[in-house]
Amino acid sequence: MTFSFRESLFRLQSFARKKPLDQDLAEEMASHLQFAIEENIQNGMPPQEAERQARISFGGPQQSKETHRESRGLPFLDTLLRDIRYTFRTLWRDRAFAAIAILILALGIGANIAVFSIINTLLLRPLPFANSNELAWLDSNRGLGGLSSLTYKIDVYDEYAKQNRSFQQVTAYMPFFGSGGYSLTGKGEPRALTGVMVDSNFFQTLGVKPLYGRAFLPGETAKGAAHVAILDNAFWRQHFNSDRSVLNTVVTINRQPYTVVGILPPSFDFGAAFAPGQRIELFEPYPWDDIRHWGNTIFIIGGLKPGATVQSAQREADLLMPQMRAAHKDWYSEYPTRVSSLSNHVRGKLRSSLIVLWSAVGLILLIVCVNLANLLFARSAARSKEFATRTALGAGRSRIVGQLLTESVVLSTAGALLGLVFAYGIVAFVSRQASLALPLLSSMKIDGATLLWALLVTALAAVLFGLAPGFLIASANLRAGLGSSSRGSTEGRHFHGLRSLLVISEVALACVLLVGAGLLLRSFLRVLDVDLGFQPSQTAALTISYDDNGDPKHRTPILQEILRRVRQIPGVEAAGISDMLPLGRNRSWGFQAVGRAYSRDEDNGAYVRIVTPGYIEAMGIRLLEGRDFSWADDRPDTQESVIINEAAAKLHWPGQDALGKEAENFTARGKTARVIGIISDVRQNSLEDASTPEMFLSYAQAGPEGSELIVRTKLPPEVLGPALTRTMREYSPDQPIGEFRPLQTIVDSSTSPRRFFVTLVTSFAALGLILAALGIYGVISYMVTRQRQEIGIRMALGASRSDILFGVVNRTLRLAFAGIFIGAVVSFIGGKWISSLLFQTEPGDPMTFVAMFVVFAGVALIAGYIPAQRASRVDPLVALRYE
Amino acid sequence: MAPSEPKLDLLQGTLDLMVLQTLATLGPQHGYGIARRIEQVSGDAILLNQGTIYASLVRLQQRGWIAAEWGTSDNNRKAKFYSITKSGRKQLSTDMSYWQRLTGVIGRVLAMQDEGEN
Repeated sequence: MTFSFRESLFRLQSFARKKPLDQDLAEEMASHLQFAIEENIQNGMPPQEAERQARISFGGPQQSKETHRESRGLPFLDTLLRDIRYTFRTLWRDRAFAAIAILILALGIGANIAVFSIINTLLLRPLPFANSNELAWLDSNRGLGGLSSLTYKIDVYDEYAKQNRSFQQVTAYMPFFGSGGYSLTGKGEPRALTGVMVDSNFFQTLGVKPLYGRAFLPGETAKGAAHVAILDNAFWRQHFNSDRSVLNTVVTINRQPYTVVGILPPSFDFGAAFAPGQRIELFEPYPWDDIRHWGNTIFIIGGLKPGATVQSAQREADLLMPQMRAAHKDWYSEYPTRVSSLSNHVRGKLRSSLIVLWSAVGLILLIVCVNLANLLFARSAARSKEFATRTALGAGRSRIVGQLLTESVVLSTAGALLGLVFAYGIVAFVSRQASLALPLLSSMKIDGATLLWALLVTALAAVLFGLAPGFLIASANLRAGLGSSSRGSTEGRHFHGLRSLLVISEVALACVLLVGAGLLLRSFLRVLDVDLGFQPSQTAALTISYDDNGDPKHRTPILQEILRRVRQIPGVEAAGISDMLPLGRNRSWGFQAVGRAYSRDEDNGAYVRIVTPGYIEAMGIRLLEGRDFSWADDRPDTQESVIINEAAAKLHWPGQDALGKEAENFTARGKTARVIGIISDVRQNSLEDASTPEMFLSYAQAGPEGSELIVRTKLPPEVLGPALTRTMREYSPDQPIGEFRPLQTIVDSSTSPRRFFVTLVTSFAALGLILAALGIYGVISYMVTRQRQEIGIRMALGASRSDILFGVVNRTLRLAFAGIFIGAVVSFIGGKWISSLLFQTEPGDPMTFVAMFVVFAGVALIAGYIPAQRASRVDPLVALRYE
Repeated sequence: MAPSEPKLDLLQGTLDLMVLQTLATLGPQHGYGIARRIEQVSGDAILLNQGTIYASLVRLQQRGWIAAEWGTSDNNRKAKFYSITKSGRKQLSTDMSYWQRLTGVIGRVLAMQDEGEN
């Protein structure tokens, strides 16, 4: 049916002007009849006969109108509108069914939309920088180890920038930020800022243009250049009330004048991409010469030249880095570099979790469709007479299928709309989880791509649950005809077999989900069960600042005084200070046992924490041997002391007692340090990675990077927080005070990605379980209704109520077990697929499978028991009279 | 009606052609006039439900081959008058020659079959 443009226009017009056109036609036909009657009368017929003859030769007026309308308007649209009206009417009559169907669909589609928008944000959408496609990330040490292993020395960066041919430009930032290295003073209370030191071309390389002002200029990283800063958008909005006049003014940071030269656009969130869960407030072009003599300090990011790829850059780096090392013998290593796309660096690790999540909602959608197909089957069996009547009245098979499809489209559209509301809620909730250590999450929203996906999912659902049953019903219906009673006919059995099959597949799908969720949940519980090596409960951290005038000699008395005051707060049991907390930033230095030969390739880096006496006690770290630092031996002139963890003791003094031994390499040339204590391993970067060698050094003898005050107390955080702040404020009114955090929140933040995924997958599994239970209930309860008469006869013949009850329950369990069996087999085979996401849990974990079986059998039992009880209450007399 | 669907197509096309020809020869006519004229000319050889002519009329109108206007008949009755347009005349000559070629070809083919059988 193809029309020319002109004709289509006419038809569309006619479609819109149905009423007047019908009126016009009716008048025309009336005048036609009048002409004919007049002519007949003139020919000598009596008036009555004249009219009769006129009507005969005119033919059926209704038919004429119908063919007129068909050639005039858009008949398929007419049909569609009629079907939709009819659908609304029937669905309104069957409100309970419609409500359940729409709710089920909304849950399924809503979950799909929400997960898609998570995946779209975290995985599919380009990173929020203009040049995101060309950007590459360089990791040293092939991407293994802590920050100090992964980063580069300034010299390496400078040399690589000069010699490489892969990148248009390379830039760098220093990842050792965080502990209030910047304090903003001047107006109001002093405030600690989280700032990042970047190279001057950082924003140009990423393709980020400041909202106001300018990016950094090439000369601004030179030694002695005037201090300038660029502000993060959120910080500018909060702290400066979006005041544009702050631009080009001078603020006091670390007692130095800094000119604010730029304000970043809201779309750029450094933390979201490079430090998930953290908000960076300030950017400074850093005079690299100041830290040139330091170790590995910066990460390198490069913008690829046209034609260059990550692979070609990798090949070049493989050749170039060893060459550069050969020319610079003083470098620590050859910097075996791993080049990856920035996108992959930011979110590559999430890929497998997200794909599992996506599969889980895909399963949910399948279960929803199977469930609805089942519901529709039950409904259409009840409506078989209606279809038979319509067929008898001339409706073709395609019309009936069309009608059923219209119904499923209307249902899934309604479901999708409600689902969209659910998804909006979920997305709004998730994007506000600022502490969730997942990249890019704050930029999550329902965008065009998500809506398109929603449309696709909706259409898919409509076809899946609508079309297949539609065809079946239409074909079955043509066989059935009007005369046969629907009950007990072959058609009924045909339907029932099919419905059982659907329920079994639904149960199997839900089982797979349940096992998957079970395995992830078990992994999560294992993670929570990990021995952290410290006790986060009843311990809190506060980032503090102090002014030692850059002189280590002043440090000890200041810290001693701070700790003395803090310990005086009633309820405080222990207090100590460390420069870095576990599960946060890290750095490592070389560590070697004196007198032991090390091979050249041996990795002898160890994490460094600089701590005060009392820190070990405050953290609840177990001291296995030896003693804590003390203020007495904590003098710069005495031999350095070091406390090491078990991992370091085992690695460097295998089979010996490390206590009292001497270590070097992190110390000044020619000096050694004595091991005065051995502590149990503390989880360093994440709960899931085993601890590697670590050393504690004393505040007086090494250079700390920031200071975290740790307090162990029985006081609730809301009492401790203000008390600590007050104490610190009294001691040094001009120093900013950072965030007060119970240690548990640090641990929670570290497990938050896993918690997030587990929560989602588990709720999907619960949803799947409920849907499967609903499916079982539906089919059994339908069966019981259909077999009322049979049950009545059996009871009349002497079957007891419990016979009937057990019979029905038995059938239910058979269905459920068939599904569970298939689901278990599939899960067992497919389990390997998620093994990379599991933690200390085997994909075939028997506990999980048994738990799944018990849960499912229990749910099936309940779902079957309700209709079974109804069956056993059937009164034989009533049942036999029924219908 | 359903079983004769394939024939209806041909019939529809022919009816359109007859309507065009009638309007071309007689000038503006109302629906009844067209229907009567076709009946008369065909000499009752075709059974025409007069009502079906209106589907044909609206179709021709949509294609721009005829125009319609409400007017008054000779006996002072309100009626919708149809007249052939310029493009309608062009279409008529195209259709006519097509129809003649088609009937000619069909006639020849049928004649050939007759020979073959004997």
